[in-house]
Amino acid sequence: MAEDVVGKIKNKFTGKIIKKTIKKSDKRVYIYINPANIVEVINYVFHDLKARFQIASGIDTPEGIEIQYHFAFDKLDRIVSICVLLDRENPEIDSACQGIKAIEWIEREIAELLGVKFRNHPDMRHLLLRDDWPKGKYPLRRK
Amino acid sequence: MAKTIIPVGPYHPLQEEPEFFKLHVEGEKVVGLEIEIGYNHRGIEQLCEQKTFDQVPFVVERICGICSTSHPIACVQAIEDAGDIKVPERALYIRTVIAELERIHSHLLWLGLAGHFIGYNTVFMWAWKYREPVLDICEKLTGNRNHYAMMKPGGVRRDIDENDFPWVLKEMDKLVPALDLFKGAVLDDPVIHARLKGIGVLTKEEIINYSALGPTARASGVAIDVRRDHPYAAYDRIDWKVITCEEGDVFAKAVVRILEMYEAASIVKQCLKKMPKGEIDSKPKEIHPGDGIGIAEAPRGEVYHFTRSDGSNRPARHKVRAPSFMNVPTNHIAAVGGTVSDATIVLAAIDPCYCCTERMAAIDNRTKKTVLNSQDLIRLSQEKTERIRKQLGK
Amino acid sequence: MSIKLNALTKSLWVFHMAASPCNNCDIEILDALTPRHDIERFGMLLVGSIKHADVLLVTGCINKKVIDRMKRVYEQAPKPIIVVAVGGCACTGGMFRDSYNYAGPLDKVFPVDAYVPGCPPQPEALIDAVVKVINKLKGK
Repeated sequence: MAEDVVGKIKNKFTGKIIKKTIKKSDKRVYIYINPANIVEVINYVFHDLKARFQIASGIDTPEGIEIQYHFAFDKLDRIVSICVLLDRENPEIDSACQGIKAIEWIEREIAELLGVKFRNHPDMRHLLLRDDWPKGKYPLRRK
Repeated sequence: MAKTIIPVGPYHPLQEEPEFFKLHVEGEKVVGLEIEIGYNHRGIEQLCEQKTFDQVPFVVERICGICSTSHPIACVQAIEDAGDIKVPERALYIRTVIAELERIHSHLLWLGLAGHFIGYNTVFMWAWKYREPVLDICEKLTGNRNHYAMMKPGGVRRDIDENDFPWVLKEMDKLVPALDLFKGAVLDDPVIHARLKGIGVLTKEEIINYSALGPTARASGVAIDVRRDHPYAAYDRIDWKVITCEEGDVFAKAVVRILEMYEAASIVKQCLKKMPKGEIDSKPKEIHPGDGIGIAEAPRGEVYHFTRSDGSNRPARHKVRAPSFMNVPTNHIAAVGGTVSDATIVLAAIDPCYCCTERMAAIDNRTKKTVLNSQDLIRLSQEKTERIRKQLGK
Repeated sequence: MSIKLNALTKSLWVFHMAASPCNNCDIEILDALTPRHDIERFGMLLVGSIKHADVLLVTGCINKKVIDRMKRVYEQAPKPIIVVAVGGCACTGGMFRDSYNYAGPLDKVFPVDAYVPGCPPQPEALIDAVVKVINKLKGK
């Protein structure tokens, strides 16, 4: 049963998974997918596989801006992270908050702290920082 | 009917921390709610990147003064997950004891404040009186009333003294009659029933869509508890149960929290009785590169920490998500449609912790609109209790 | 001593302003008011509005979003007002001084009369601070 979840995601989205799945341990799996398919994949994980959305982490890496969407399968004691890698100069991705309400705030946070642009997000105002925070200055970006 | 906006905050007597709500009301009815946060954002995630793995638990401890064990536990678990570090058995038990003591004093604190919001200052004073012995236990075991600084990657920083155990067990036994007092005062009081039942209702579907956590979710019949679902520390070696209610209103949230305190007291007692002897620290030397996720059940719900190690002695990225970050947006559902006098207790029912959420709001002052201040809001709430009390002839 | 200052030494009403705290100092302030320490015995009361207050207790480090609000609260305060910085963060910025959102120490924003260091300061330390402030007002 436990393997099933990752297997199901892999089967459904063959060809859209770009890097090899990293199986950190039995309980932690990281799946790298193509940014264009993000909404489709996380809606499948959330609505069909009934996972609980935990949070998304934005990370500034040398290869680009990485976003990991973490989902918990509470009955299986397992956390599956759906990861995407975005272009560092012009990070852009579709917003997933139409299907999942819980994702709205964290997208606003990643947008202001890391400068990722979320397409189709209903409310892109500042969440944490001052409204007059200097444009183009993102606290969590590396120098 | 003219729409009135009630700005609540950022400085107001409703909550400890600065936060900002805009209640849109028509007459008595709340028709809209805007939440703005950020007044408490201190940039902790970035500060963590400047510290070594040994120092990070101290930084995350200061995210929140009430969850000052849950954050370090989740943080060291994330580091241990990234570096594949084993933790000695005794350290796991010590972590459990401190985490449950924290749960008791946090729930008592919420109960007191909730009592204050609906005009029951007796409950407020009682709850804070019985909270003090719990803080005494914390001080005896760890050396401080809050901010215990007990957690470190690989174990705990200091041992707890076996000679204190009989005294702690005695204090825990004394706590149970106090909890009975609250159970009686809250659960059997017709006025509290009239005030809290059927308001701020969250359904199962809404809880799942907002991914709400902790007692907020459990009061709506969503039985998620990290301690059971993703066992950590010594929770899988102890006999305890997850408390759930079905109603999803403010009353159910109070019931869940009161019953959880009994469980917590029982967990502490079992841990102290079963505490194994031995090492408390596996003294890890390095954290190899990799990602790690650590989760822990704070009094308000699941605390989530993600850490990325690049092989150096500092985290390359440390992400923190506190339970209130997921719970606060549910206010959009819970408060809207209710009355203004219920809004205070509904907004407080999720036990929001903005220090954790690290954010809050600013209002654009619209003229022409009638403006009540937040003191009026608490007054309205307290007057309603008084009215019900009279109707019931109490 | 002017009549205003003399009155100020009798029963101090406190208003508590959280800048960006971790909540711990705030809870210890409430602790000082509740049955164990019961500072209300001496006529000290936590009030809901700055306009009723004699003492302003400030906790937490000051971030860039909250600083305008704090100035506004201080302007509304009836003068003379006693400002007490509670906790390490309010006194010096503490460990948050390197943060990108830190807006400077409290005494650069408005004048401070007393500092209570500690993380968090114990309720006893807060009571001690109040006694010292009253003695200062009396000119002792």
